[in-house]
Amino acid sequence: MCAKSVKKKPDDVGTTGHTWDGIQELNNPMPRWWLWSLYATIIWGIGYTIAYPAWPLLTGSTQGVIGADERAEVAAEIKRFDDANAPMKAALVAADLGAIAGDEALRTYAVSSGSAVFKTFCAQCHGAGAAGVEGKGYPNLLDNDWLWGGDIEAIHTTISHGIRNTTDPDARYSEMPKFGVDELLDKDQIGAVVEYVLQISGQEHDAALATAGATIFSDNCAACHGPAGLGDRAQGAPNLTDAIWLYGGARDTLTTTVTYARFGVMPSWTGRLSEDELRSVATYVHGLGGGE
Amino acid sequence: MSHDNSTPPNLFSAQEPIFPRRVKGTFRTLKWWIMAFTLGVYYITPWLRWDRGPNLPDQAVLVDLAHRRFFFFMIEIWPHEFYFIAGLLIMAGLGLFLFTSAAGRVWCGYACPQTVWTDLYILVERWVEGDRNARLRLYHQAWNGEKVRKRAVKWTIWLLIGLATGGAWVFYFTDAPTLARDLVAGTAHPVAYMTIAILTATTFVFGGFAREQICIYACPWPRIQAAMMDEDTLTIGYRDWRGEPRGKASVAGNGDCIDCMACVNVCPMGIDIRDGQQMACITCGLCIDACNDVMTRLDKPHSLIGYLALTDETAERAGKPRKSVWKHVFRPRTIVYTALWAGVGIALIAALFLRTEIDVNVTPVRNPQFVVLSDGSIRNTYELRLRNKHGEDRWFAISASAAGSALFLTLEGQEDLRVLVPANETKTQKLYVTAAHDTGTAKAERTDLRIWVEDAGTTASPSTDRVHHDTVFNGKG
Repeated sequence: MCAKSVKKKPDDVGTTGHTWDGIQELNNPMPRWWLWSLYATIIWGIGYTIAYPAWPLLTGSTQGVIGADERAEVAAEIKRFDDANAPMKAALVAADLGAIAGDEALRTYAVSSGSAVFKTFCAQCHGAGAAGVEGKGYPNLLDNDWLWGGDIEAIHTTISHGIRNTTDPDARYSEMPKFGVDELLDKDQIGAVVEYVLQISGQEHDAALATAGATIFSDNCAACHGPAGLGDRAQGAPNLTDAIWLYGGARDTLTTTVTYARFGVMPSWTGRLSEDELRSVATYVHGLGGGE
Repeated sequence: MSHDNSTPPNLFSAQEPIFPRRVKGTFRTLKWWIMAFTLGVYYITPWLRWDRGPNLPDQAVLVDLAHRRFFFFMIEIWPHEFYFIAGLLIMAGLGLFLFTSAAGRVWCGYACPQTVWTDLYILVERWVEGDRNARLRLYHQAWNGEKVRKRAVKWTIWLLIGLATGGAWVFYFTDAPTLARDLVAGTAHPVAYMTIAILTATTFVFGGFAREQICIYACPWPRIQAAMMDEDTLTIGYRDWRGEPRGKASVAGNGDCIDCMACVNVCPMGIDIRDGQQMACITCGLCIDACNDVMTRLDKPHSLIGYLALTDETAERAGKPRKSVWKHVFRPRTIVYTALWAGVGIALIAALFLRTEIDVNVTPVRNPQFVVLSDGSIRNTYELRLRNKHGEDRWFAISASAAGSALFLTLEGQEDLRVLVPANETKTQKLYVTAAHDTGTAKAERTDLRIWVEDAGTTASPSTDRVHHDTVFNGKG
């Protein structure tokens, strides 16, 4: 029996000289394979910098010998998704607008795609949550009040051509007269008609002035806003009797509106968005809670 | 023991080959059983079937990463229930603390995969090349036909075991019979082949060649274990007060140790336990078997090497009896570990029985806080994540309750307050809750709202499962 334990004894290796509470630290040698693994990592590292883009040069860097290119990988990934989505986009364009919401697969695709489009192109004015900016003329798309119509076709048309822009001949257009600036009504008449609007929208008002305002309203405003002030979607004339105001419903705001008129503009998205994107974002907006 | 500065120390040393001798005894038998059990569980588990009905896999234990599901017999874990896995990991940790504080490195010595597979590889080595002395001879002999043949056979069997090890691993992640066919046909996913290749290589290298190097240099667990051991922890020790001075039994005045080196020859770590407790000892107990065998033949009492704690050593040196094993095992420390371990276990079991087959998560849409509708009423929007864990599609009925005035509910894209959730899926559904403009709820800043989801079941199996989620309705304030 020539056996001896392979573990080194303290006498064989000595100590490092470090002592804690009488405990000495043996000076065991490192296993040689650790050294080999260090060399292996060095060789790996050199190979890696040859295979992949690595060393900086005056302009650019070494490109590596295996042609690795993450930009190309990203482009390929994007193309892969585009190809995968192509049949869905084609189906979306081919579908009847009114049938999209009823088709679970189409609707799911349109809502998620439309959400991305909305956050890229629409959120600047309408807000990321689509709540608009109250009092500034950016409409809230979550409520059930629509200037130009709230069904999917009407929303699609509004997005496709925009409102009152000068670039799209099919843009929705209407113009409220500047009653004050153009002296169509004098200050007292404006004050009276404002009291009438306050009355029909259920707000605190001066009853005597409102009565006078009613006549002025039917002479000057009813053509667009309707005899009862319920608005007219064909002209984008807002309903004046509900709780929703694009620029605000308070007395002084209404006075400003009647005096100077408002001229909100929305760009035309035809050409900037593809038809499948227009339909996606229309489906998304229609599904925000106010769609008709 | 001071280091002699005149000769520079060797910075690196080659691995010393170890040729553990075969041994028979209690601990060896125990280790065979544990090896058979652990390897059996590992290799067989993926092939067990468990009928879960239609649309669900029938593999008893399945980690379905693609669909984010974990199946364990009757238990199905979804990603939102990951706390079960966290709980099991905590239990595994506490279990290791418990065993380590009671009986030292029992995990290392008996159950660790590195130990079990190395044991299996040594078994193969012994079948092919013979026991210790034959292997030593073979090691020193030149590369002739015999050596080449024996090494080739040994390495081939090792590689096959490695292949089976890597092969079994991938079966846990997808349907085993299907994957087995695909693997053979060459049509399985490249990841499966790569995983098998990597695990085959690691098993082959770690079990065949690296062996004790892994335990001594690579594994962090033995370093942590020292923190859980105390003077009452059972470890393997040599009774030097009984064994020394070692030497021939026939010489008067010698102790019980005859310096036969049996304990060293059987040690898979290549250490001499008679040097005392040491870092490399994995407490596998084989030296106990070897020494007891010699003591039997010498007609001397067993346990010259045995499980004993530091307090036993002090007591025995003073001529007093050692504490019983039970007194070592049942101590406040181990009882606290056991209580914690059982507490987590009971909580997990309770949670398992309390979970429902349907589930809902509610995210209130707070951009904007609320929407004013044209008639002045106030609407809040909530995103519901509805989970249907059943194997068939289910209709979920949605309702809500709040103190005070009535609320009007609608579901986006649905005709009524019911929504069809596909089998074994999560569906996102928008819920609109509206309060009329003149109600207290519309005027208040906040109202507590409880959203109920009821499983309408199927006509065949009506259900009464009902879950709720509490949230808040925002008014004009």
